[in-house]
Amino acid sequence: MTATRKIRVLIAKPGLDSHDRGAKIVARALRDAGMEVIYTGLRQTPEQIAETTLQEDVDVLGLSILSGAHTTLFQKIMKLLREKGMEDVLVFAGGIIPQEDVPALKKIGIKEVFGPGTPTSVLIEFVQGNVKERR
Amino acid sequence: MFDERKLQKISKERQRWKTTKVPSWIERHPERKNEFSTLSGISVKRLYTPEDVKHLDYMKDLGFPGEYPFTRGLHATMYRGRLWTMRQFSGFGTAEQTNQRFKYLLKEGETGLSIAFDYPTITGYDSDHSMAIGEVGQCGVAVSSLKDMETLFDGIPLDKVSTSMTINGPAAMLLAMYVAIGDKQGVPREKLDGTTQNDNLKEFFAQKLCIFPPKPSLKLSTDIIEYCARHLPSWNPISISGYHIREAGSNAVQELAFTLADGIAYVESTLERGLKVDEFAPRLSFFFASHNNFFEEIAKFRAARRLWARIMKERFTAQNPRSLWMRMHVQTSGCTLTAQQPVNNIMRVTFQSLAAVLGGTQSLHTNSFDEALALPCEDAVRVALRTQQIIAYESGVTDTIDPLGGSYYVEYLTNEMEERAMRYIDRIDAMGGVASAIEKGFFQKEIADSAYKYQKEIERKQKTLVGVNEYTVEKDWVPVELLRVHPKVEEEQLGRLRKMRKERDKWKVKEALDKLHAEADKDRNLMPTIIEAVKAYVTIGEITEVLRSVFGEYRELIVV
Amino acid sequence: MGQIEQLVQGVLQGNRRSIAKTITLIENNEPEAQKIISMLYPKTGRAHVIGVTGPTGSGKSTLIEKLIGELRKRGKTVGVVAVDPSSPFTGGAFLGDRVRMQEHSTDVGVFIRSMATRNALGGLAKATRDVIHVLDASGKDVVIVETVGAGQSEVEIVEVAQTVVVILAPGLGDDIQAIKAGIMEIADIFVVNKADRENANKAISDIQAMLEMNTEKTGWKPSVLKTTALTGEGVTELLAKIEEHKEHLKMGALEARRKEKVETELAEAIKQKVAESIIEDLKREGEWKKLAQKILARETDPYSAADMLLKKSKRN
Repeated sequence: MTATRKIRVLIAKPGLDSHDRGAKIVARALRDAGMEVIYTGLRQTPEQIAETTLQEDVDVLGLSILSGAHTTLFQKIMKLLREKGMEDVLVFAGGIIPQEDVPALKKIGIKEVFGPGTPTSVLIEFVQGNVKERR
Repeated sequence: MFDERKLQKISKERQRWKTTKVPSWIERHPERKNEFSTLSGISVKRLYTPEDVKHLDYMKDLGFPGEYPFTRGLHATMYRGRLWTMRQFSGFGTAEQTNQRFKYLLKEGETGLSIAFDYPTITGYDSDHSMAIGEVGQCGVAVSSLKDMETLFDGIPLDKVSTSMTINGPAAMLLAMYVAIGDKQGVPREKLDGTTQNDNLKEFFAQKLCIFPPKPSLKLSTDIIEYCARHLPSWNPISISGYHIREAGSNAVQELAFTLADGIAYVESTLERGLKVDEFAPRLSFFFASHNNFFEEIAKFRAARRLWARIMKERFTAQNPRSLWMRMHVQTSGCTLTAQQPVNNIMRVTFQSLAAVLGGTQSLHTNSFDEALALPCEDAVRVALRTQQIIAYESGVTDTIDPLGGSYYVEYLTNEMEERAMRYIDRIDAMGGVASAIEKGFFQKEIADSAYKYQKEIERKQKTLVGVNEYTVEKDWVPVELLRVHPKVEEEQLGRLRKMRKERDKWKVKEALDKLHAEADKDRNLMPTIIEAVKAYVTIGEITEVLRSVFGEYRELIVV
Repeated sequence: MGQIEQLVQGVLQGNRRSIAKTITLIENNEPEAQKIISMLYPKTGRAHVIGVTGPTGSGKSTLIEKLIGELRKRGKTVGVVAVDPSSPFTGGAFLGDRVRMQEHSTDVGVFIRSMATRNALGGLAKATRDVIHVLDASGKDVVIVETVGAGQSEVEIVEVAQTVVVILAPGLGDDIQAIKAGIMEIADIFVVNKADRENANKAISDIQAMLEMNTEKTGWKPSVLKTTALTGEGVTELLAKIEEHKEHLKMGALEARRKEKVETELAEAIKQKVAESIIEDLKREGEWKKLAQKILARETDPYSAADMLLKKSKRN
């Protein structure tokens, strides 16, 4: 039988901020690069994001936040993912996140943090290059 | 505007120039691109001549400043008399911190306050709600009850300032608090001067901080417009906003068209309350972005004034000249700022503000150069404010009215903007108006497509972004220390909120909420009840909760 | 215990991670999938499977969300499979239905899974059926399958359901015409959603007129209901109608339907197996590429090529 694998991606917006322009552009770009993309919509709680990651069994989780609540919310999300045994999901983040916060975010398992102005081609390459053979 | 004979001559000469002069030059110096166009996709010719504006009728299309159709400016002397209001949007952390920032800005020469609220406040949650975790005071000031608002305006007399509040879903609650503070300070209500953004329609497709479904949202916006028309004559009840539409990714034509379509919807909805158009239209105000394409932006502001005046006169038969005024606030475009080489943003902000001034704005916010990195720090805010002051006092552009009026290119673009926007408005009318267009996802799709196109053009280097896709450097230099909102802010705010909840009269709170529920059920204007409620220290979260139970909650229609 | 046994155990215990992983194996058409399905199969057949289809913009997902809410109130557990089309050009897809059901995303009694069609028309019906088997075996009382109703493939997908609900909305008039072709015949219940819109009644009478021309065979007369998904109006009535249909099926039609479905499933399984094994053989022998080249060069056509290949493979 021939297997037909596809990279599945969840683009999520935790917190209350409503700047979804970037998240939507990323979602669209990844889809146009042949991936299957689920976008959660705005105002998702860490619980919703973690549970959606689990049920949809995505390979990649992209988190977008511009409100400054990243440290608090990302910590929660990463903790929930660990608890659910989803450490193998490739997690990246984008938005307005100060450089000095990045090392701490990487420490909790966020593979990369992309700032404003990142070309979508860089993101696509990042996802394709880092997504793990999970099964 | 030109006599036929002279036009023919110009036309002939232009042909000659084009066939004899240009080709040999191009051979030696090819043009940089085959096609030039504005951000809205209007193609830009090599040269504009009287031929391009030959149908322009000076009296009909331009007129004189302060007179219909207001293309050249709202006021008879424009900036020779009074400069625009320099209004810097600010707010972060606790009410005390923001209060201090306000006092600083007033001292530095700012002439109007503009409050940014944090996300929980904007979305109708108290600081101690579970959805608020991590967000308290992050992107604006946290206001949960009148207590916070009292701190925010401590030592600032409301009859001496004008205050703009960027608030939509809970606009009625924040306005009610402002009224309550005015009452306490003994300022007569007719003297309260300021603006509530209160543009709930654009929330559904641009800003997306909706709380209630479209119908009750429009009702709440209209409640404020009606209440102000009857009781707060100096207040601008609404700031019909294109800014967020633009920032969400639309182009200039879409920004103009969608904003005016929203404006039409508000006028129609207020007319249904039995008010006459001239009783409320003079207080409607607008809010636009100033983006990168310099002349297109100027044309947009000029076209906006003319188009609105025409709509008000022809469609709504307004009689009062002030009903025809489009008073506008402009903010330079946040999404054009780059995180790379952030100091370059000062230049972007400069010519964006210059466009706003040449476009004749009444009020201006200049973005700070560090905004793609964090909330603006004090030093960066000062540079932004100084940018306005330099334009105002040093550049000389304020010495004459509408200095670009009569420019073949700018007049041509102004016409194009108006025509193209009108075409959109006709389409929206045909769809059954703004509400049904929202339901169909029309705006959402238009905006998402434009945003994606813009991004692709940058990535393909069809558009150059200095410091991003060209002229990049290895290491960025940020000359300021970025503002960090201390996590302690959340703790402090929660403590204050707890204390307030304990101290207030619980019986009064319950009474106020019961009354609110009953009034909302009866579809009455909710402003008076909400004023009573906030005076009893009922919180924004509590009021929103009651309204949610009556109106329902909006679910985002996602169009990617 | 091997990985497969572990997954099977997990699914049977309703473990959400195991369910998710198993569905991925099915979606990817991995060799393990078939084995898992055979192990789960004895535990299937308990869930009531509802197929929901209708044109884009009819409000399917929102209505499903409300249905889930209503089912949960009655203590029923729910599984949802939401199918969206893959782009034929890039192979990518937006899986956008789930977003409208996010309210239930943290409810342990609900499992929602989005799937792309992956341009595998025949294979999709099979994959959907298998995903339903997984959710069924995991103990869900109700499994809802959602697809965008347009063409034949959607008809095939919803056909795996026991009760088929077709959702339309007023103002999408042309779609009603389009739908007449395929889905009209398979619908057990019609819903006109967004009933608060002015032309809702016209949509209803249009459908009724169409239904009158159809002669029903199974003793069930499809009815037309009105809902407003946004407010939840009409959702209890819809659920009551679904229940009614389920009861009707129990009266005997269910057995017939099940038998029919099992037969289709068997026939398709055979078709797929046979086709795959022949294709694999041919590829191994290198004939495949050569013939593809010939077709490209217009020296032969796909049908003659197929005939030739089949003859050859029979000889072997």
